[in-house]
Amino acid sequence: MPLEAVIFIAVFISLFGCFLLFLASKTGGKTKQDPVKFESYECGIPVQEKKDTKVSVKFYLTAILFIVFDIEIIFMYPWATSFREFIQTGMGASVMISMGVFLAVFIFGLFWEVKSKALDWE
Amino acid sequence: MGHDVFEITVNAVKLILIFLIMVQAVPILVWLERRGSGFIQNRFGPNRVGPLGLMQLLADAVKFLTKEEFMPANGVRVLYYGAPVVALVPAALAFCAIPLGTPMHIEAFEMLGASWGPYTFLVQGYEVGVGIVFILGVSSLASYSILMAGWGSGNKYSLLGALRASAQIISYELALGLSIVGIILMYGTFNLTDMIQLQAGALNFSVSGSKMVIPFLPNWGIFFQPLGAIIFFAATFAESNRLPFDLAEGEAELVAGFHVEYGGFKMLLFFIGEYGHMLVASALMATFFFGGYQLPFVTPSDVLSWAQGIFGVGTAASVVTGLIHFAVLFAKIAVFLWLYIQVRWTLPRFRYDQLMDLGWKTMLPWALFNTIATAVVIFITQS
Repeated sequence: MPLEAVIFIAVFISLFGCFLLFLASKTGGKTKQDPVKFESYECGIPVQEKKDTKVSVKFYLTAILFIVFDIEIIFMYPWATSFREFIQTGMGASVMISMGVFLAVFIFGLFWEVKSKALDWE
Repeated sequence: MGHDVFEITVNAVKLILIFLIMVQAVPILVWLERRGSGFIQNRFGPNRVGPLGLMQLLADAVKFLTKEEFMPANGVRVLYYGAPVVALVPAALAFCAIPLGTPMHIEAFEMLGASWGPYTFLVQGYEVGVGIVFILGVSSLASYSILMAGWGSGNKYSLLGALRASAQIISYELALGLSIVGIILMYGTFNLTDMIQLQAGALNFSVSGSKMVIPFLPNWGIFFQPLGAIIFFAATFAESNRLPFDLAEGEAELVAGFHVEYGGFKMLLFFIGEYGHMLVASALMATFFFGGYQLPFVTPSDVLSWAQGIFGVGTAASVVTGLIHFAVLFAKIAVFLWLYIQVRWTLPRFRYDQLMDLGWKTMLPWALFNTIATAVVIFITQS
C-alpha cells in the first residue's frame, strides 16, 4: 500500500477524532444569547485596542532570520547522511573542506547577526 | 476479502490504535502532572475523586465536553475552529511515524474456511524512509496552529501570546534541527528503524580500523552525542511550550496567551496536541539517544530466541517479542515524561530576552560546535 495512502488514512482518522469530540461537546449546555458573553476577554472594561494592534517588528525579523538559518541547516542533512560513504570511497577530505566553507559562511552569518544586534530584545 | 481492502483495514485499525494511545495518554499525563506537582510542592493534588484521584481524569474529560461551546464575536470562525485541529493532527501524524516495537510475523493460518497467508506487521503507523525529516517537518506545523489561534480569537492578548510563542518555537527549532545533524552523522541514515538497529548490543566503535568494545555500557547514542542530547532535550521543552519556556502562556502578563478565548472541547484538543508533542519528543529522545525500543545489551534477536524457547518457533514468540519491545519503549518514554514534569515544577520561567538569547546565542552555537566536532572526529577516526 503506498505511503501517501496510509498517511491520508492517518489524517482522516485524526480529523474524525476531532469531529467526534466536537459532536460529544454538542451534548453540553445550550448557548444563552448574551451580548456581554461574546465580547473579547478584557479586565472588565470595554476593549480599547483592535485585534490588529501594533506589534514589534522584531517578530518579523526573527521569522526572516529563521527561514535563512533553517534552510542552511536542512542543507546539512544530506551531507550528514552520506558523509561516512564519502569517507569510505576516499572523498572525505574534499567533502569535509567544501562543507567547511559552507559552515564558515554560516558562522559568519550568525556572528554578523549577533553583531548587528538583530537578536537583542529590550 | 480482497487484498486492498484487507490492507486498508489493517492500516486503519493500526492507526486508530496508535491515535487512541496518544489520546489516552493525555488524561493520564494530566493526572500525573497534577499529582506530581502536589508531591513536589508538598501538598496532595487531586485525591477526592476515586482512588488516588484517578477518576479525576474522567471527571475532567466530562467537564471539558459538557462545557458550553461558543466563540467570541470578534473572532475569525475558520481560524478559531481550525487552530485546535491543526494543533492535534501534526502531533498524531508525527507519533505514527515512530517505530514502537519490533515487527510481528504472523504465520499462515486457517480461519473461516479460508487460508490466510503469512503477514508481517510493523508496530508503527507507517514507515517513512526519511523518518527524521518527516517528523521534523510535520511537527513544526504546530506553530501555524498557535498563530491561527492568536489571530482567530480576535483578542490582543491572544495575538501577543501567539507572536511570542511562534517566535520562540521557530528560534528553538534551529537548535533542535542542528542538534540532530550530529546523530545523523553518527548513523548515516534518516530511517528511525535503521538507527535503532545500529544501537544494539554493547558500546562499540572503530578507531582507524581497529574495533573497540566497552562491555559495561550499552551502545546508545547518548554516549556518542551527549551535547547533542542535552540540546535536543532542552529544545523540545521550548517546542512543546513547557516551563521554563512557557512564555506563550506567561500567566502573569498575558493571562493565558494564545488560548485565552478557548474552552470546552477546543481546549481539550489543544491539550492533546501539547501532550502529544511531549510524547513525540520523548519517543524521539529514546529513539535517537537511548536505543529506541531495545533493552540495554540485549538485541531484539536475543529476545526473539528467548521467546522461541518458551513459546516455540511461530506466531506467539514474534508477538511476545513485539510486545516486550513496545513495553520497553514506553518505559523509556515514561522516564522522559516524568523529567518534563519534574523540570516544569523545579525551574522558574525565563524573561523573554533571556529566552531568545539562550536559543540564538547559546544553544545554536553549541549545536554548531557539536556538528563540527562530530564531523571532525568521524573524519579522523574513519579515514
